[in-house]
Amino acid sequence: MNDALDVAVRLLLVFVAFLVLPLVVGQTEHKVMAHMQGRLGPMYAGGFHGWAQLVADGVKFAQKEDVVPKDADRRVFQLAPAVALLPYLLVLVAIPVAPGSVGAVVDAGIFFALAVMGVGVLGSLMAGWASANKFSLLGGLRTAAQLLAYELPMLLAAASVAMAAGTVSLTGVLDAFEWWWVPWQIVGALVFFVAGLAELQRPPFDMPVADSEIIFGAYTEYTGLRFALFLLAEYAGIVVLCGLTTVLFLGGWHGPWGADGLGWVWTLLKTAALAFVVIWLRVSYPRLREDQLQKLAWTTLVPLALAQIALTGIVKVAIS
Amino acid sequence: MRAPTVIAADHFDTYSVVGLLAVVGVLFVAVAFGAGRLLRPVVPTPEKLLTYECGVDPVGEGWAHTQVRYYVYAFLYVIFAVDSVFLFPWATVFAAPGYGATTLVEMFVFLGFLAVGLLYAYKKGVLTWA
Repeated sequence: MNDALDVAVRLLLVFVAFLVLPLVVGQTEHKVMAHMQGRLGPMYAGGFHGWAQLVADGVKFAQKEDVVPKDADRRVFQLAPAVALLPYLLVLVAIPVAPGSVGAVVDAGIFFALAVMGVGVLGSLMAGWASANKFSLLGGLRTAAQLLAYELPMLLAAASVAMAAGTVSLTGVLDAFEWWWVPWQIVGALVFFVAGLAELQRPPFDMPVADSEIIFGAYTEYTGLRFALFLLAEYAGIVVLCGLTTVLFLGGWHGPWGADGLGWVWTLLKTAALAFVVIWLRVSYPRLREDQLQKLAWTTLVPLALAQIALTGIVKVAIS
Repeated sequence: MRAPTVIAADHFDTYSVVGLLAVVGVLFVAVAFGAGRLLRPVVPTPEKLLTYECGVDPVGEGWAHTQVRYYVYAFLYVIFAVDSVFLFPWATVFAAPGYGATTLVEMFVFLGFLAVGLLYAYKKGVLTWA
């Protein structure tokens, strides 16, 4: 009985985090982008600095008509947003927040996270294909091309951490963590984070949804709630990517002080700082071309990740 | 005999929690779609159901012929990714006592193969836009 309650509480917390954190990131993005561009951003909804803007957006989305184009592959079109969104919920359960505080201790955590995150991309591909729209098809193809570019460097960078920790469990990585891992794995961290941005189709890697070229890529034909779920998937993706980078490369719940009781604060702070960087990059960088991403991935990220693996291997054998 | 059974049970316990969360997620989406159906208007017109093509009538089919220029990357990716998956089981044991130097040499052989493959692809010019 106690176990069942324990599981229920954990699942509830994960689910609430999944619904709340993406909105917090979204609202932060509104505000940070606005201030970086010399604007105020939303100020009206909810009174205080427009805090309820995204709630209002949600209400608006829920009331909009749900149009499925006549030529579209109806079932696949309607399912795509769910396929894009749910994997991030599942990854969130495996991310440890504090010692003992994790939705579920998945023993092959790194593997699980990378595998399940990959499923989310299927949602974009399904949307791109099922819409029967030329812009959507181009967006879907770009999504597929992007997958080929970032998945390998991401995998290699994660493998480097697995080598350092001698385990593929996320909690195991944190148990083995020492502060000097941060400089040791910094190249891998950069590769992982950049590759993650490409997976999330965030600027400067947002060519699959490039609004000035192909309307909105795979999401062109979507309206209302289904479109909102795609947006939610993007922001949930930011939370998951930043959380994973925190756990793998920045020591998660470890901090210079107060790591015993305040571990979760460290995790949240690091995740929030990374989310800020994600927003910052959106404001600062122009969009790359699809082939420029391929070039970046194959001639820069993959060699860097391989070099990181070599470094990790040498240091690890030298100290053991 | 007893201990491994317990470990196996624990193993599936974790994934049953993950499975339970998946059920919660599916319910969430189903409820959202169901509630959306109750809240939103349904007023379809032929124009609304037309494929969007910047306001003019769509030309030809949506599933149009496109030149997929990325297929060479796809080959490269499959080869490299399959290789890289084998890194993970190796990564957990390579520094275990008694392995050290041998596995390190193995690692450089592995990295060497990958690097030569990448260099070959680079020299062949497949990594630049054709």
